[in-house]
Parts: sequence; structure tokens; C-alpha cells
Amino acid sequence: MKNIRNFCIIAHIDHGKSTLADRLLELTKTVIGKDLQAQVLDNMDLERERGITIKSHAIQMDYNYNGEKYTLNLIDTPGHVDFSYEVSRSIAACEGALLVVDASQGIQAQTISNLYMAIEHDLEIIPILNKIDLPGAMPEEVEDQIIDLLGCKREEIIRASGKTGDGVDLILKAIVERIKPPVGDPDAPLQCLIFDSVFNSFRGIIAYFKVVNGTMKSGDLVKFAATGKEYLADEIGILRLDMEPRKSISAGNVGYIISGIKTSREVKVGDTITHVQRPCEKAIAGFEEVKPMVFAGVYPIETEDFENLRASIEKLQLNDASLTFQPESSLALGFGFRCGFLGMLHMEIIQERLDREFNMDVITTVPNVQYRVYTKKGDIVEVHNPSGLPDQTLIDKIEEPYIRASVITSTDYIGSIMTLCLGKRGELVKQDYISGNRVELIYNMPLAEIVFDFYDRLKSISKGYASFDYHPEGMRESKLVKLDVLLNGEPVDALSTLTHIDNAYGLGKHMCEKLKELIPRQQFDIAIQAAIGAKVISRETIKAVRKDVTAKCYGGDISRKRKLLEKQKQGKKRMKQIGSVEVPQKAFLEVLKLD
Amino acid sequence: MSALYIHIPYCASRCAYCAFYSSTFEGNRKDYIEALCREMDLRKEYLKGESVRTIYLGGGTPSQLTIGELEAILNHACSVFDCSSVEELTVEVNPDDVTDEYVQGLRSLSVNRISIGIQSFHDDELKTINRRHSAAQAIEAVACIKRNGITNVSIDLMYGLPGQTLDLWRDNLQQTIQLEVPHVSAYSLTYEEGTRLTRLVSGGELKPVDEDTCADMFSLLREQLSAAGYVQYEISNFAKPGMESKHNSSYWNETLYIGLGASAHSFNRDSRQWNISNTRVYIEKVLSGANDFFEVEHLDLDTRYNDYVMTTLRTRKGMDRAHLKSAFGETLYSYCMENAKSFLSNGLLEIEADTLRLTEKGIFVSDGIMSELMKV
Repeated sequence: MKNIRNFCIIAHIDHGKSTLADRLLELTKTVIGKDLQAQVLDNMDLERERGITIKSHAIQMDYNYNGEKYTLNLIDTPGHVDFSYEVSRSIAACEGALLVVDASQGIQAQTISNLYMAIEHDLEIIPILNKIDLPGAMPEEVEDQIIDLLGCKREEIIRASGKTGDGVDLILKAIVERIKPPVGDPDAPLQCLIFDSVFNSFRGIIAYFKVVNGTMKSGDLVKFAATGKEYLADEIGILRLDMEPRKSISAGNVGYIISGIKTSREVKVGDTITHVQRPCEKAIAGFEEVKPMVFAGVYPIETEDFENLRASIEKLQLNDASLTFQPESSLALGFGFRCGFLGMLHMEIIQERLDREFNMDVITTVPNVQYRVYTKKGDIVEVHNPSGLPDQTLIDKIEEPYIRASVITSTDYIGSIMTLCLGKRGELVKQDYISGNRVELIYNMPLAEIVFDFYDRLKSISKGYASFDYHPEGMRESKLVKLDVLLNGEPVDALSTLTHIDNAYGLGKHMCEKLKELIPRQQFDIAIQAAIGAKVISRETIKAVRKDVTAKCYGGDISRKRKLLEKQKQGKKRMKQIGSVEVPQKAFLEVLKLD
Repeated sequence: MSALYIHIPYCASRCAYCAFYSSTFEGNRKDYIEALCREMDLRKEYLKGESVRTIYLGGGTPSQLTIGELEAILNHACSVFDCSSVEELTVEVNPDDVTDEYVQGLRSLSVNRISIGIQSFHDDELKTINRRHSAAQAIEAVACIKRNGITNVSIDLMYGLPGQTLDLWRDNLQQTIQLEVPHVSAYSLTYEEGTRLTRLVSGGELKPVDEDTCADMFSLLREQLSAAGYVQYEISNFAKPGMESKHNSSYWNETLYIGLGASAHSFNRDSRQWNISNTRVYIEKVLSGANDFFEVEHLDLDTRYNDYVMTTLRTRKGMDRAHLKSAFGETLYSYCMENAKSFLSNGLLEIEADTLRLTEKGIFVSDGIMSELMKV
């Protein structure tokens, strides 16, 4: 065990985590040239395209140092705020962390919050200044930031470049020298921490874990603490580029288990695996049920695709337990599902995976958070769909989820970011100067306010430099109203939102204007109205098409004109019929986006 | 009964809106006429022995050909196809080609209908679209045709021209009515890809007329011509009672028709085909005896149904529901009626006796209606 090192990498998106990891794998000969598809760790297509890690991964390397052989376990972590719980479990499985900072960009919010998490778990931090080969690199300045943040010495910071390979050998040495070996008793009752799971269509769910105490042997009867379910450990092993089966895995090491589990719901990140015969006294601390933060309706464009959609979502859930769903119906959109997501990115990813992997074209409705409604009769109702809101007269009060948001920015943008946060009902908690011209702003804000375009707008007003992270911060009472949208007098339930009363007028006006742009002119006038209860607060009219006539069939050229009309009809097929009005699919999601 | 179309691709200059295949090079006229005759020989079975009821020489500009050249073409056509009972023989002319002598010549060829491409009675507008005649020439040409004994005259007009106002369009309509011709075709300008007009508009040099004004112009057209005794028997065609173009009608009542010459279209009920549009290649292929100078589209039931919807609904006569059911079957009939429901209820379609047709209101948005009834 003294020759095992477990570590993760903490880095902001694009700071070069994956490239640096690839270099480590190369230098330890874990992957040989031909297997080295750029960025080995991001193995979902979607991950490579977006340059982010969605799921955690793990990989083991062998490293010879001073005549001794070391086992290095790199536990990769997701790189987006939506997945911060997964990050915390990965961190909990490690004894050290590489803090990778881009020498041209400096420290970002995401990095800081993950770093704090690592420090809380007593991880040894190895600061690395990456991308030193870039012309825009400011090594001294960024080193100052790191020193301020960690209180480390300048010479402890390793300068490296994932691209050129500079400094990568120093990193490997530092991993062995500075990170402590894991502690744990191989003979104690078994205690393994699950930090991730993946779905394999042939073998079922594969759980990744770190053995904290005890030894797991192939064929053991094991129990998962949170679910209470028992399984036979059909196959256990370690993770290289592929899975390599082993007879046993002992305290301190990282491995995988295959035990015929069919659905990811039975394997919860943060859960503890122990033996049925000789169970551990208590589960590893820190386990939480993952709770969706954002909810939206997901509907098939063609109503007859409902069952296909169900089958597709069920399959997605097999390898993504954080996705929740239940059937619901909408007057406007027919039958579909209310899905719960970890955040907006997660929602986009699910929508894209439905399209790519299952060829399911869906309409996603306006997303919202989960509200807690206290009725006058004293009941508490959790509402995650505006249409589920009890009648106004029955409501005593409504609470909405709040978050603590951290924004790190250059001081140049502080004014406009404060204006943005204020507009989003944010309350400034504190502001800390990190170094020179970098400042961290801490806000308490309603989660609902960042659900939509907060992140995009933050990026745009700071020219991409501000970074953002958040954590749940309880529930607070709010004055919320249900804002309805009506097309030709008919309420479109899929466009209803719950919003703070102060925002209702602006939002209603904006939605009407936006819909006017998004809905094409049709053969009759279309009235678009926003209303709170019976009170109309905004109105726009889409004038009817006045002329839609093709002049002439040149010299009997019927085919050409027919094809034009057939194309016109094809175009309509991608619209959703609401009452008599045809609404393009994109209208449902774009209606809330600000310009 | 069948119809014969002959395409003459030559023009003295190119109109700014035209994406139609025409050539301003005169060099290979003789070869072209030879190719036309050869094509007739090659395709003499196409009309299945049905006698030709209408002949139409279109373009391009047929009046760019001499009377002798036209005679050669028509004589050959009559020797290949059964032209013993032709009722209507139309030639398209350009106003500046019209002379007493030329019209006399046409008469001698049994031409009994002339379609004249006037487009506008304003010289500014004519210049914008690069027509080579003037308004005065157009008026004189109509008079000339009539005094030489051809009274079945059709005028082509265009509206929605860049810079055109509703008042200017009203002038054009007034002038048309004063000429007392029995037939008017009026087309709303469309910006076709690759034309000079489209380039000028996308380059911001010309401003297209907005949709509302265009709709007003269409409305005015219908009002004025109907007040003057014309019937809108098809979306773009107006005629005094009994003076509808027989040839045009064959395009929308499933008559067999053969189109000869570069880019000409043919229809034999099972398929549509169209000749290669490049004149030089057309001549080469036909004269070398190659059999690949055209493309064919075979028509399945749905496609024939779509054509039927589109062509019949464009006419005042409308769609014969009994025919729809007997020719296309119960399924397509129900499909059509189901899709027509909403238009019937909001007054864009109407049913009279057994006929489904566009209402006055429906004509303005006919593309949307026809496409909705189509099977895609």
C-alpha cells in the first residue's frame, strides 16, 4: 500500500487537464502511441466535442522511481458545476490533487471551489502551471495567484506544458514524493467508496470504487449500504486503458466491480460496498442522494413516438442515474415526461444524446426549479411544473431554492457583473480580492435566476473571462406568480413559467416579443398574450400572411412547382400544432433566451 | 386530344428577371430547327396517336425567328403529328418584333392567337427589368396585330416590380383594359436565383416591393379586370368569357402534352420529362442520335395526386371531387378532405356542388393551402 498514490486533477475547462493526463499516460507507458486517441479520458463523443468531462473516469499507471515500482491511480473528475457532487466523491477517494492552472488565464471560480473541496478532504495539493509554452503565458503573475491561494512556496509550483511534455516527469516525481500513500487496514471489514459507475450494454453496470479498508476478492458476496442490495462480485479488477480482471483488490487501491447490476439506480455514487458476511460498522461518510435541480418537460414531436421516447429515456437512465423522469401530459404537447436534471448543461446533454443515440427529436419546455408550496390547510407540496401549482387562493406561501454563487472576474467587469447579479435578485455576500486585479464575488441568488441565461450573459459581459460556480443554499420564501402565455386566447401550458412578481411584466413582454419573432406568419392573425391569472400584461399580434401565391408554371413545368410546395409542407412538419397555431419546435426553448 | 409545345430559346437581350433558358447567341439557329424536327421524328409515338388540339410556340422569343423558319418547324410538326384538328395555334411575340408584314406572315401559317410580352406600360419599369421595347411600341404592336386580323390576343403583365407603386400598377391595368384584348396573364415578380434582378436586390441597389403592397396589387388586378368583364379562370390568367387559353388549360386538366426543344416539358400521364436546357448540348445530342437529352420523372399515385391538387386548385373550375375519388381512390380522397377541413371552416376553401375550390380569400394564400393538402 505504501507504493500506491491516488490523485485527481483539478482544473478549469480548457486549462489542459485532459492533455496533461494523456502525457502522464504516455510517459508511464500506460498507453502506447497507436492507442493514443487524443484525450483518452474523454471517451464519449460528446465529451470530446465539448472539450469537457461529463462522467468521471479512472485509470491506473505503473511508475518506476528510485528502483521501486509505484501504482498511480488517476481519478478524473467532471468539469462543470452541474456535477459538483460527483467531483466531491472523486476527491474523497484521493490523497492528493494536481491543481492545474493555465499560465495565460489564471485561477477560475470552478478551480477554487474544487480546490477548497480537496483541501477539506486533506488532499496534498501539487500546484502546476500549465501551458507555459503559450505566447500569452504570465507565469509570475499566475504563480502569485497560486501562492496567495495556497500559501505554498514558489518552488513548489511545477511549470509544465501538456502540449510539449515539459515538466511532466517532474509531476510524476512529485506525485510519488509529495502525496501520501493511502491509509487503511487490508484485514479490517471491507469498506469501498463508489465514486462512479458506467453502463456497458453487455455487462450491465460497472461500478468504480476505492477500497478504504479490507480486501475484496472475486466471487465475494457484497452489499451496497445505501440500497441494501446484495450481489456476487462476478468480476473485479483494475482500470487500465481497458479493464484488467484481478483476484483481489486491497485497501488503498482503486478498481471496478461487475456484478450483474442492470440499472444505474442501484449504484449510487458515494455509496459504500461491504461484505455480507463481515460488514463494516458504518458506511463511509458524505453519501448523498443526487437531487435534480432543474426540471423540464420532454415531449416527442410526433405524438406516436411517446413509447419510443420512454424506451430511450429509460436506456439513458441506465447509465445516468442523475436523470429522473415521470410521465406527464400537456394540453399543448400531448404526452411526454417531466425530467429532472442536475443543471442546464446536463439538460442539454440529455437532449443531445436523445437525438444522437436514439434519433429522438424532442421538444424541451421552459425549464424550472422545484418550488415548495405551503397551502393554507398546512400541506407542503413540492412543485416542479408550473401547471402543478395549486390555486392562488389556496396558497399560504411559496419557497424557492437559493444558491451561493461564486464569480471570479477581472476587476474590469465588476460593475456590469454586479448589475447582472442584481437584476437576477442576487444579494452580495462578500467580495474578496484574490490578487492584483482579480476579485471573487459571492452572491446569494435564487437558483431559478441562473437556470436560464445567467451563465451565457456572464460570459458575454466579461468577454469570456469571468468564471462561475454555485452550491445549494436552502429555501427562501418568495413572491412568485404563474405567468401564462396564450396563443389566440388559448393558454399554452408548455410555455407557462413561475416567476418572481417583480420580473413578471418584463418577462411577459419579452416572451411575447420573442414569440412574435419565432412564430412564422400564418393564414390568420395570431394574438400572443402574457397573463397572470385573468390579467393580460402584454400582447403582440402576428399579422396574417397576405400573399402566398406562386405566379406561374413556366411552360408546363409542373414538377418544379410541386416540389416547392412539397418542401413547404415538409417545413411545417417540424412545427407543433397548438390549437390552430403552428409553433416551431425551437420556440419552446428559445423564448426565454435574451439577445 | 393532346397539346404540342415548341420552345424557341433565342432572345435579342436577356430580361433582368429571367431564369428561363434562353440564348442571346443566334449562331446555331439553323441547327436548332433541324434538331427540333429530328426530335419530332424521334418522339412521334409520344402522343399515342391522339390528335393535337393546341400548338404553342413559346420562348425565349419565337418572334426572333423568320416566318420561313417558323413555317419549316410547323410543317414538320404537321407531318409527324396529327394536326388536322388544331383549334388554337399561339405564338409568343415581343412588341418590337411586330410589323404588319410579320403578323400577315403568322396569319398565313394559321396562327390564330398571339401572346405578347408587354409586362408594363411604363418605360422606367421596362428599363428596370431590361425589356428592349417601349410602352408606345407595345401599344402600337397590339393595334398592329388586331388590324392584321388576329383578334385573339393575350397580354403578359408583371407586378411587384422594384420601384412600382400601387398607382403605377393601376395605370398599367387601365392601359391594358383600354386595349380591349380578350386575355391577360399577370404574374407577380419572383426573384429567381442567378438573375440580374436578384443580384441587384441582394446588393441593395434595388428595393423589392413588400408583401403587403404586392397583396394590394394582386387585389387591384382582380378588382379592375373583373370590373372590365374578365374572369380569373386561373390564378395568373384572366379572360373574357369563352376566351380562355385552351393550351394553358391542358397543363392543368391532365391532357397529354409534348414539349419539343431545349428545356421543354412533356407529360404522358405516367411520367413527366424535360429536355436538357442547354441549347448547344441539346442540338449535339439530338443530331447525333443520342437518346439522353432529357430527364424523366415517373409519377406514383401520391405524386399524381399532388399534381392534381396543385393544378386544379389553381383554377376557377376547381377540383372535381367525384373525379378525385374515382381516379385516386378512397384513401387519398379522405386524406384530402380531412386536410381541407380547417380551410373550409375558416373560409379559404369552399365546396359548391361537387367541386372544391379556393375562395377569393383563399387565392391569396393558395400555396399554403395546396401544400397542406399534398401528401408528403
